[in-house]
Amino acid sequence: MAVDTFQFTPKINLEFAIREKDFFVAGESASRVKKTLQQLGMQQEIIKRVAVIIYEAAMNVAIHASHGMLRVFISPEAITIETDDAGGGIPDVDLAMKEGYSTATHEIREMGFGAGMGLPNIRQCADELKIDSKVGVGTLLQATVYFTNR
Amino acid sequence: MTLREIQAYLGAEVLCGEGQLDREVHEAFACDLISEMLASAGSHMLLITSLTNAHVIHTAEVIDALGVIFVGGRRPAEDVIEIVKKNSSIPILTTKCQMFDCCGLLFARGVQADRKDSL
Ligand SMILES: Nc1ncnc2c1ncn2[C@@H]1O[C@H](COP(=O)(O)OP(=O)(O)O)[C@@H](O)[C@H]1O
Ligand SMILES: [Mg+2]
Repeated sequence: MAVDTFQFTPKINLEFAIREKDFFVAGESASRVKKTLQQLGMQQEIIKRVAVIIYEAAMNVAIHASHGMLRVFISPEAITIETDDAGGGIPDVDLAMKEGYSTATHEIREMGFGAGMGLPNIRQCADELKIDSKVGVGTLLQATVYFTNR
Repeated sequence: MTLREIQAYLGAEVLCGEGQLDREVHEAFACDLISEMLASAGSHMLLITSLTNAHVIHTAEVIDALGVIFVGGRRPAEDVIEIVKKNSSIPILTTKCQMFDCCGLLFARGVQADRKDSL
């Protein structure tokens, strides 16, 4: 997608496929969305929150699920980040939201992830967070950041 | 302190972003956890780390770091440098100083701890 051709139309959607163990798509999509939002002239603080959510949510799909999609919906009022994956799902979402809780492997920790901070980071950055997970099926995460002050 | 002064002071080698060494550094953030960088770093700080994978580069972009300095003589693989050259102009340095020494030396020269609320 040619980032520099974007205009602030009422609704802009961006989509990225996340394949299993494709660890780098998270950072790439976070930087790309960030550049797009900068070109749209959005506030730095909003952009950073969106980029952090994208990074952590997409990373979770690559690490903990089989594969999935990352979608970013931009409207005049808000940005919604959605990850929709096929995978093992989250048996206990409240537990998964706890700071420090992680099922990540040593390999993931060596990369600098797997500290059990991803979901808490997302909650911190989002105005609204919804996680819908079915064990053995997958997880749908939706995080919304509003443009008005929190 | 400018990045150029920091380079000289720490005997660091510039891996890329030579053109951006006049950037003034007032604050730094030292850490080896990506999630911690994403959660707690403010903006416009020097990122000090011993992690050298591509996540550090993407994270530095996401958090608007002024530059990255690898400690302990670590250097990233060539393809990581290629990612930087392709996507951004962020200066990347490497120093033989260990983490503690690097932080202490910069602190002694007036570089402050980065605070997220300075965003
Ligand atoms: N998309 C997902 N699919 C399956 N499990 C997940 C997913 N996202 C998070 N989890 C579970 O929730 C835990 C906590 O997630 P997180 O806070 O991001 O920490 P981390 O990724 O560092 O382990 C993970 O260790 C994993 O068990
Ligand atoms: Mg995570």
